[in-house]
Amino acid sequence: MSTKSKSIQNKSKDERLRKVSKLKVLLNRPELGALGGSILVFIFFGIIAGDTGMFSAYGTINFLEVSANLGIIAVAAALLMIGGEFDLSVGSMIGFAGICIAIPAIYWGWPLWMSILFAFSMAVLVGYANGILVVRTGLPSFIVTLAMLFILRGATLAITRLITGRTQVPGLRVLVEDDPIAWIFSADAFQFIFTWLGSLGLIELRQDGTPLATGIPASVIWWIAMTIFATWLLMKTRYGNWIFASGGDKLGARNVGVPVGKVKISLFIGTAVAATIYACVQVLDAGSADTMRGFLKELEAIVAAVVGGCLLTGGYGSAIGAAFGALIFGTVSMGIYYTDVDTDWFKVFLGVMMLIAVIFNNYIRRRVTENK
Amino acid sequence: MSDNLIEFNNISKFFGSVIALKDVTMHIKRGQIMCLLGDNGAGKSTLIKTLSGVHKPDEGEIIVEGKKTIFDSPRDALDMGIATVYQDLALVSLMSVTRNFFMGREPTKGFGPFKTFDINRANAIASERMGQIGIDVRDPSQAVGTMSGGERQCLAISRAIYFGAKVLILDEPTSALGVHQASVVLKYIVKAAASGLGVILITHNVHHAYPVGNSFTILNRGKSMGTFDKKNLSREKLLGMMAGGEELDKLEVELKEIDRIAKN
Repeated sequence: MSTKSKSIQNKSKDERLRKVSKLKVLLNRPELGALGGSILVFIFFGIIAGDTGMFSAYGTINFLEVSANLGIIAVAAALLMIGGEFDLSVGSMIGFAGICIAIPAIYWGWPLWMSILFAFSMAVLVGYANGILVVRTGLPSFIVTLAMLFILRGATLAITRLITGRTQVPGLRVLVEDDPIAWIFSADAFQFIFTWLGSLGLIELRQDGTPLATGIPASVIWWIAMTIFATWLLMKTRYGNWIFASGGDKLGARNVGVPVGKVKISLFIGTAVAATIYACVQVLDAGSADTMRGFLKELEAIVAAVVGGCLLTGGYGSAIGAAFGALIFGTVSMGIYYTDVDTDWFKVFLGVMMLIAVIFNNYIRRRVTENK
Repeated sequence: MSDNLIEFNNISKFFGSVIALKDVTMHIKRGQIMCLLGDNGAGKSTLIKTLSGVHKPDEGEIIVEGKKTIFDSPRDALDMGIATVYQDLALVSLMSVTRNFFMGREPTKGFGPFKTFDINRANAIASERMGQIGIDVRDPSQAVGTMSGGERQCLAISRAIYFGAKVLILDEPTSALGVHQASVVLKYIVKAAASGLGVILITHNVHHAYPVGNSFTILNRGKSMGTFDKKNLSREKLLGMMAGGEELDKLEVELKEIDRIAKN
């Protein structure tokens, strides 16, 4: 062995380099808290409610669906939060998107697919408006999107009552069946597996012999797909690096050529589009749009993102974490019905969990960034 | 054609009725370290911002490699190879060394919508570049927040050089650093100049400027007091020429006077 390669070898064994265990590396990941929290929640309900049917196929699908609905918007909210901004108008956007689908389809006779596309274009517009206002004025997104929260909710209510005289628009269910794209938001996936499991007697059946849980709801597929996509964006693309940079230090990022404004605007469009996906799933599933749909969802999305390890100050967080944050939320909100605990306590739990998460995140941030 | 990398001839900059800079001239050659010295308010920041394309000069001309140029934006200056490392360094402390190094200019692989950030190549380049300065980045995925001030400064300079800087403008690179850290950064600056770059080093610390500089331009109240070669200039003379020198002499006289009165 030559002396040169020896010296390189010596160098790679720097005496100042402590051996960092895999566990330590994992401890520094933002999603750790939410992952650990999810495991704790499952252990808890496994012990308390293990024999109540909560974890039967039907019960599992139930709490997964609740988690998925929130997860769809939480993942987009997490990306925006890493980019350094909030979107408080997500909940109102859900209601607005709902009537953007229902009114054209029911009252104007548009085909359902066209109403769905219309809702998505409105979402892009709203997201763009939020983004351009925040970027151009330099005002905190908290205030700008709070204004949008009221504007959208008010407009939803006013327009719906003006056109229909009511606050709900029913009658969509019949349109879903032969629409070319509505199935993307409403079909159950992998039905054959559930039918097969049912025929083996492994999962509960209805009286007519069909399984109680008919398949994996579309929302769950959306939730998983969006989490994978968002994680890929964050970790593997230039755009992901720009999201972290825009949220971490927008002046610094701009100085080295990151298009901070464009990144932020696109993230606002992302949250509005996610809200519309949520609305599609809900409206097509329920067969009706309601002006109050999505009420307070913006705050739940922020809770999920924060529990998932996002810093309120931006520049740090993860999409997987937000997905687990939503899982904790959905599991507890459904699981509590299987216990003897009064469901009123759910919100207390939510608040306490968020507090713990914020304190924990703060600690992690210090670990990651503080000088040796 | 002159062998000057960049020339600033009779640059003036006015803000309303305020004369921020008047007739400032500086020439920088390859391999030269030009120290720009001056007290607070002497016009150093205005000059840097004019050099780096943030402000447009109201009078005078900028000549880059023999060609007269007008910078419309910092991007223009950057494209001409004039890179400025500001005091805030444009580093994000929550992001990794590699992600900072390539921020805004990430290498990619693949094509179309599947183009991805080539993190492995980026890690290798960042480690190698930092290794060349003698900073052993033990793990390029560690957050910049864990690095020392000197290491961060070196990272910012190294990044500017990697992305094709010909002229480096360094704004107070040693002001926040301890003695050892400062000497690491200064050593790196000398190395960078030796490799053929022109360096403009802005500082108000004569003890940091004198050992590394080849020539010295002193700014006072928006005007250049001249450019001096190191061989014609002693450290004491340089100290004296800084706005502080005269002031300190006066202060000494005044203190003696107070002392005398107190004794009587």
